[in-house]
Formats: sequence, C-alpha cells, structure tokens
Amino acid sequence: MKIDWIAKLQHMLQVMAFCLAIAAIQYGFQPDRPYGPNVVHSLFIGTSIWAIIDLGGPLFPSSAETGWPKGMAGLALVVGGIAGGYLVGTTIADRLCIFYGMYPPGPQEDGGAQTRISILITALAGITGTYYFYSVNKSAYLQRKMSEARRHANEARLKLLETQLEPHMLFNTLANLRALIGADPRQAQVMLDHMIAYLRATLSASRTTTHTLQAEFDRLRDYLELMTIRMGPRLQYSLQLPPELAQHPVPALLLQPLVENSILHGLEPKVEGGRVNVSARREDHQLVLEVMDTGVGPCGSPAGEKGFGMAQVRERLAALHGAAADVDFAAVPQGGARTILRLPLQS
Amino acid sequence: MTSSSPCALIAEDEQLLARELQAELARAWPQLRIAATVGDGASAVAQALALKPDVLFFDIRMPGQSGLEAAAELADEWPQEEPFPALVFVTAYDQYAVQAFETQAVDYLLKPVQPARLQKTVAKVQDVLARRAQGGGDFEATLGQLRNLLGLVAPAAATTAHEGPLKLIQVSVGNSIRMVPADEVVYFEAADKYVRVLTEGHEYLIRTPLKELLPQLDTQRFWQVHRGTVVRADAIDSVTRDEAGKLHLQLRGRKEKLAVSRLYAHLFKAM
Repeated sequence: MKIDWIAKLQHMLQVMAFCLAIAAIQYGFQPDRPYGPNVVHSLFIGTSIWAIIDLGGPLFPSSAETGWPKGMAGLALVVGGIAGGYLVGTTIADRLCIFYGMYPPGPQEDGGAQTRISILITALAGITGTYYFYSVNKSAYLQRKMSEARRHANEARLKLLETQLEPHMLFNTLANLRALIGADPRQAQVMLDHMIAYLRATLSASRTTTHTLQAEFDRLRDYLELMTIRMGPRLQYSLQLPPELAQHPVPALLLQPLVENSILHGLEPKVEGGRVNVSARREDHQLVLEVMDTGVGPCGSPAGEKGFGMAQVRERLAALHGAAADVDFAAVPQGGARTILRLPLQS
Repeated sequence: MTSSSPCALIAEDEQLLARELQAELARAWPQLRIAATVGDGASAVAQALALKPDVLFFDIRMPGQSGLEAAAELADEWPQEEPFPALVFVTAYDQYAVQAFETQAVDYLLKPVQPARLQKTVAKVQDVLARRAQGGGDFEATLGQLRNLLGLVAPAAATTAHEGPLKLIQVSVGNSIRMVPADEVVYFEAADKYVRVLTEGHEYLIRTPLKELLPQLDTQRFWQVHRGTVVRADAIDSVTRDEAGKLHLQLRGRKEKLAVSRLYAHLFKAM
C-alpha cells in the first residue's frame, strides 16, 4: 500500500502537541523539578513511539486494507512500539540533556522512583494516543467503505435502468405504436397504457426497493402484453399468483430480467415462438417463484446462466436474504429453460 | 425483373411492423410491388432465391437467423449471372453504427420508420437499380460491406478471449477428454449445434458453436472461408476456380475440397 506522507506528518505533529501537554501536566505536579528535561524526554519518547507504530504499521501485510495490522500483530506493534519508543526516546533525551547541561547540578535524587513514574506516564500516554489514532483510522476506513458501497449501489441501479430501457425494446415498441395509431387507434391506446405503466414501474424501481407480489405480477403483465402486441401469436403467456400470496413483499421487478431473458434468448430466436409461464407458490416456509419458457433452451444462448439479468437477480437475493434464498436455472428436457427462485416467506 | 415494375421482399418478424413498412412503401414508392413478407431469416433466404426480388428489406434481429446472416448466406447462394438485389437493413437500434455506411451500397433504416428518411432510401435504391440496368453492378461493394458488418458483430464476443488464442482443443471422446493441439487441426466445420474438428487422420465433434469458437482462434492462422468453415491457412495447398466461378480449396493432409464463400473470396488473390 502506498503511504500518505502528509497524513503521517499530521500524526507526528499531533503526537508532539500531546507530548508537550503531558510535559506541562507533569511540571504542574512536580514544580520542584526543572521543566526542560521533562519536555525533551516527553518529546523524544512520544516521537519514537509514533515512528515505530505509525511507520511500522504499513510493514505488516494485513494492514493493507484498513491501515492497521490485524489481531495479535496490531497488539504486538503497540506493546513493542511503547517499550521500544521508551528505550530509544529516554536514551536520546538523556544524552541531549547531559550534553546541553539541562539536568540540575548536584546528585540525582531517587532515580528509581522517577523511572517508574516515567514508565507509567509513557505507557498510559502511549495507549491513549494509539487508541485515539486507531479510532480515527477506523472511522475513516468505515466511511470509505460506505461511500464505496453507495457507489456500487448507484452503478447497479443505473445498469438496471439501462437494461430495462433496452433501446431495442423501446424503439420496437414505439415503431409498433406508430403502426397502430394509423391501423387501430383503440389498440394503440391499450398498448400505450401498458407502455406507460411499464416505464413508470421501471423508472420507480430504481428508487423503491420492494413492492407486493401483486404489483410485481401487474408489471410483468404490462411487459408481456407489450410483447404480445409485438410478437403476435408467437408469444403466449400465463401468470399464476395465488390470492394468499398477493400481498407478500418482493424486491421490485425481481422477475422482470428473467421474463425478459425467456423472451429474448428463449422465444425470439425460435421461429415458431412459444410460451412463458410465471407462477408463485408456497412450499413449507418458502416462497417459490418460477419462470418457465418453451424457447430454444439455454444451450443455444450462453447469456441465460451468466448474463447480466441472472447475475443481478442472484446479487439482489443474496444481499437481502443471504444463504436463505436460492436461484436455480436449468434447461427443461422438453426444450426451453426454467428458473426457480426460493425466498424465505415473510409473515 | 423489369425496370418498370420492381419488386421487393420484406423480412420482419413483427407483423405490425411488416405491414407498416409495406404501407409506407406504398406511399413512398407506389410502383414497387411487394413480392412477399416473411418473418425469419431462413425463409428470407429461401423466398429471395425463389422470387429474385430487386430490393430486400431485412430486419436485423430476427428469429433463427439474423438479417445480417441471412444476407451473407444469400450472397453466397445467389446465382452468379443474376444481379444481386439492393439491400436495406431495418433495425430498431443502431448497435452496428450502420450510419458509417450511409453513403455506400447497403442502406439502413431505423425503426420507427420515418417517411422522410424512407423517401431518401427509396431514392437511393432507385439509383442503384438504374445504374444496374445500365450494366453497372456494385456486388463487390455490397460484399465488402457485409463483411464489415459481420466483422463488427464478432469483437463483442472476442472480449472474452483476452487469454490469447486457443492452443488446445479439448474434445470429449467416450468418457475421456482428448487434447488436440490447434496446430494439428486442418479445418473446423459447423454441423448443426456442433462443430466438426478435422485433423489429418481424425475427426472429432465439439459442442462449442463455431460463432463462439471463432473469436478464440488465432485469426492469422485460421481463416474463415465460408459461413460454416474455418481453415488453418498453412494447411491450404491450392485454390482452384470452377466453371461457375466458385473457389475451392485443396488441402494438405485431407482429400476433400472446401468451397470458399463469395464473402471470403477476397482472401485468395495471386501476389
């Protein structure tokens, strides 16, 4: 991972400010001791700890994603950083203080007690500082993750819209409308009504997340009616929704890409056309949705299993229900394809 | 085939649109007779060969065989001595960027068909027919354009072949898989949903359609010479032209001769 040196420098300055504060507090409690050595010790110990932890962290491979080493490695880094930083910092600070003659003249009083205080302060300050930086880092990481997830969701929504407003579908439908306006105005109105409902549902599906199965089947009917006007006798369809399941919530336009696949890859390539059957039923604690067609079958069209529509259905179900939902796509022995979705029933 | 009353064939799978095009044509070009309207690619080829129309209106997306494939097949089967019909593709969405060809032999129309645009097409087709009546034919231009259009379809599938060209053909023989080096293959031949893989001494069947196999092959070495045939170029021994003007390939290592489609005849020219 690349290191953000500006951020590191900011961390260092924050650490130094923190060190100065500690030295000031320490001086407040022990005004009899000179201020200089405290400041020098505090600064050098703090900066050494910062250098080991903040610059040493990226050396751990597990820190690549979060900026912080995972598990025991993170703990070891903190303990090692504080201990090492204390040793390095006091050594340098001692030399400097002696060199510049900052220690008060006369014999040093009670070195042991002073060392213990010093270690205690280092440990407390080190842990506090590390915890502070750890939290800041973590919240930045989470924020980054969230904006990433939001971007993914937006992309998926756009993609969904693009597939549903597929230009072939749109312009062929408009061409049919144009033809009908002259030949059969009543029928043209019917077609236009279906188209309006279809467009409205498609555009709002990118905003609403769920609707009832009844709404889902109504939208499928609009789409299939549009396609029936276009394909004529080459398309027959049936929709079976038991009344007790009508109000059950489902992700908006979940089945739409499957029905579209059936028509696009199953029936359109087949000269004589065929049927699409969509049904919902209850099996134990599961809601079973089935889209079946009598088209050319999946071997002729690689798009069935791996296509965007199918991938999208899988993704949406996985995001909502995890392992509790299941998608099964297979060829039908008599020709055609069948997709079965199983979702947990919601009461 | 008289210039006074030209006739057309419409291939469009959506009946409403076929009728609409017919109605618009009746307004834009009252002399044009619609010989037949068909709903799929295979019927389009059969009807065109039977009726010999002057103009073809082919929808690009059709069941069975696309308008492009149908036109390519037709170019192959079309008798040498007859002039090839003027070709107009009709499409709802210009995914092939056919505008690029607007000034050339093949025309295109976007659905919904606009009367003003149709008028331009009619003028262009009439021009083509008039030039043809004076003996000028641009069949070669049509072929070139079809090649381009068919070539434009392939790159979409080729994006999956980023691992480089296929080196081994994996063939299932009984319950084992045989690895046939691509270098040993003399030619591939489409057979229904399968592809026959022919080496010097053997013949295998694979389930990958030729359309999917083609983008995975090294196009420097493997040449498509026909809708259903892809040959390893260095296995070609000689090319001969028969009385009807058709090209045939003599192969090294196999006795059978392969026919070269007119669409790919440009590959074989003496240096």
